[in-house]
Amino acid sequence: MGIFSPIQLFADWLTYSIFSIQKGTLLANAANFFIFDTIKIFMLLAVIIFAVSFIRTYLPPERIRIILSQKSEYAGNILASLFGVVTPFCTCSAIPLFLGFIEAGVPLGVTFSFLVASPMINEVALVLLFGMFGWRIAAIYLVSGVIIAIISGIIIGKLKVENLVEEFAYQNKTKSQLKMRKMGLMERFDYSKSYAIDIIRRVWIYVVIGIGVGAWIHGYVPMDFLAKYAGAGKWYAVPLAALIGIPLYSNAAGVIPLVSALTEKGVSIGTTLAFMMAVTGLSLPEFMILRKVMKLRLIMIFAAIVGIGIVFTGYLFNLIL
Amino acid sequence: MKIEVLGPGCPNCKKLEENARQAIKEMGIKADIVKVSDIAKIIGYGVLSVPALAIDGEVKCYGRAASISEIKKWL
Repeated sequence: MGIFSPIQLFADWLTYSIFSIQKGTLLANAANFFIFDTIKIFMLLAVIIFAVSFIRTYLPPERIRIILSQKSEYAGNILASLFGVVTPFCTCSAIPLFLGFIEAGVPLGVTFSFLVASPMINEVALVLLFGMFGWRIAAIYLVSGVIIAIISGIIIGKLKVENLVEEFAYQNKTKSQLKMRKMGLMERFDYSKSYAIDIIRRVWIYVVIGIGVGAWIHGYVPMDFLAKYAGAGKWYAVPLAALIGIPLYSNAAGVIPLVSALTEKGVSIGTTLAFMMAVTGLSLPEFMILRKVMKLRLIMIFAAIVGIGIVFTGYLFNLIL
Repeated sequence: MKIEVLGPGCPNCKKLEENARQAIKEMGIKADIVKVSDIAKIIGYGVLSVPALAIDGEVKCYGRAASISEIKKWL
């Protein structure tokens, strides 16, 4: 954690010299943790969101669908999942995205790979995981998420459930092809900057509250307090965590700092990963919106496959970490 | 001149509409701002990521709320 040591020095100085809180007290621990984490997380958010947005200016969904419509099924699933990583997911874009992909001839399973990866693996979640748990957990999250997206898409493709998509999805609606302007470097730069500012403006309050509650738990809740309820040995912890995560979609940014504190108090890491994936990847509002373009049965199949993938990931890392 | 804001009505779509209104006001141009929330029409433009802005039927930007100064350049 070498690059973060100046922040630690600053946090120490603020806690002990400026606020003159007695070293070693619970309040000092909580305050120090809060200051350090807040600064670190916001720096990481700014840098990573900027970088990902910059990559994205080369890969808008309008271009992704052209690429995906020319790929075979398996290669398509893998590519779609990787593209999903750099594409942010806004619930209001779910319908045009889905219809646009299907219409361009992107196979249903490949479209689903994208729909799974795009919300589940996003830069805000990855930054928070990296900041709170370290790069190993962030990498595990990224890789497991991509694998879940690939496999879910392949399974849905094999199930041949095209009949569960509302028929109008297969009608050709595009009247004029979009002219994709080439962006200049400055324009990409501006886009990335304003996107990063926009996201931070939207999530900062959740992050601060999350870190605040996390800092409180860090300082005041006894170590391993939760282990007897949610430790690795408890078989029900993973599915329960995944279920609790489903309705928490909009608060993904606040959930992670909180969860990191809970992990420290004994919730096992696999359970934490499952919870996080459910928060981002299984979202109730998204399901309700998708109902406009597909039958309820397909949404249930989709949720069940992704849910099983998440629970499996949770058990796996409870076992090996 | 006809300015269309394509999007189902998320916060970003509203922001884009506000920016468009402000842009025409600042330039003193007379233009109709139309909100297009019909998905079939949005896709008809070839747009997958909302919000998008079309001026006289030509899509100028998509997937983000363009700023006031950007919109002014397109008017």
